[in-house]
Amino acid sequence: MSGLSWNWQHVWDSLPSLLEGFFTVTLVVTVVSSIIAAVLGLVFAILRRSAPAPIAAAVTFVVNFIRMTPIVVQLLFVYFTLVALDPLTIGIIVFGVHYATYMAEVYRAGIDSVPRGQWEATTALSMSRGRAWRAVIIPQAVRATLPALGNYVISMFKDTPFLIAITIPEMVSNALDYGGDHFRYTEVIVLAGVIFLLASYPTSLLIRRLEQRIAFTT
Amino acid sequence: MIADLSALWAAVPQVLEGLGITVLLTVCGAILAFAIAVALGLLARSRAVLVRGLARVVIEFFRGTSLVVQLFLFFFVLPQIGLSMPPIVAGVIALGLNYGAYGAEVVRGSIAAVPTGQWEASTALSLSPVHRMRRIIIPQAWALMIPSLNNLLIQLLKGTAIVGFITLFDLTVALDKLRIATDVFFAYGVGLLLYFVLAYILTLGMNALEVRAKHRLGQGESLREALSFRSPVPEDGVAQGRAAT
Repeated sequence: MSGLSWNWQHVWDSLPSLLEGFFTVTLVVTVVSSIIAAVLGLVFAILRRSAPAPIAAAVTFVVNFIRMTPIVVQLLFVYFTLVALDPLTIGIIVFGVHYATYMAEVYRAGIDSVPRGQWEATTALSMSRGRAWRAVIIPQAVRATLPALGNYVISMFKDTPFLIAITIPEMVSNALDYGGDHFRYTEVIVLAGVIFLLASYPTSLLIRRLEQRIAFTT
Repeated sequence: MIADLSALWAAVPQVLEGLGITVLLTVCGAILAFAIAVALGLLARSRAVLVRGLARVVIEFFRGTSLVVQLFLFFFVLPQIGLSMPPIVAGVIALGLNYGAYGAEVVRGSIAAVPTGQWEASTALSLSPVHRMRRIIIPQAWALMIPSLNNLLIQLLKGTAIVGFITLFDLTVALDKLRIATDVFFAYGVGLLLYFVLAYILTLGMNALEVRAKHRLGQGESLREALSFRSPVPEDGVAQGRAAT
């Protein structure tokens, strides 16, 4: 083959199918799964803190188990179990639940960082427990956790090619298809990497700025 | 269930072979990642703008592009420019560079987190820069970085599950064979449990390293004390005897 050559034609020819995979799968999974993970993670964190001991222990075990096993194996497991669901839905659910376990840890740290006095104040104001969580604790806890949550969204974004394992035509698998058809992988793989970099690096810079702002105002 | 167990027994050699590849990738990947993390982490603190800039570009490149893309880069693209390597080497290099780049940030951050007073004190004692790093800064930074390195190590172990994409026969691929011989719940139940046990062993090892690192800084008990069996309430004389020595 032609050594270190670079052929722009392959870049232009493959770009549409890569962008299609990017917008119809990569972005969709990242956005929807992030929302699931953000909500479910908070539920896990609250359950671990205020549910009765046996339930809290069970949640802790499940969270640790999911956190310490590979998402690829979880994807395959659910894919072969729930054969009725389409792969994209399975991908969204598994990514959402897997990252919820990471985010639960972040929330736990955030909740722990809310000063004791805030809890005492809600008691002094005779707020109900639900109201205390909603109106006092969560708003303060979540604020401090935003940068860490954002970083997990980026890392989820970069994990989306794992969906190849369950045959979803996302960006990198489209790149592989193109490479296989043309016996030429150099341009498509590099292009896929560049698209990831172009999307994730500016986002991580934004998160770093957010981090500094929050550190400055609290 | 009985049929499943006998199928599992028949599949044991395959599962062990896959487990071997997974462990090999994890260990070699972790060693390479650690070496890269230390090198890039130190270079990213260099005073020379050019060196620092280069380290940052490498770190951001491998953090910003996906692990899967890097795996395919080493497996599909490098052979096209004349650099062929066996899949296992491509796997180790991709894992090492990706997690090494994440580790570099941990190393850099931990060194920066050692209190300024320690740097000033070692200057006041006129220690040479190498001596200062080796005896004062690194031992303290090491204790700080172990928990984050443990997280990355678990991530790396979980990241090895994608090497089936480049034709390697790892644990995840072996599970697929087991699934065909038994059923989904059984095969993946066994598989998830194996990964969990591996991750748990790694965590225990890293916790032991952390106890040791802190003990060497004069914080907490030694590893031998932490691991020894003790009566929950130490007898008075014994406890005081230990405190006195």
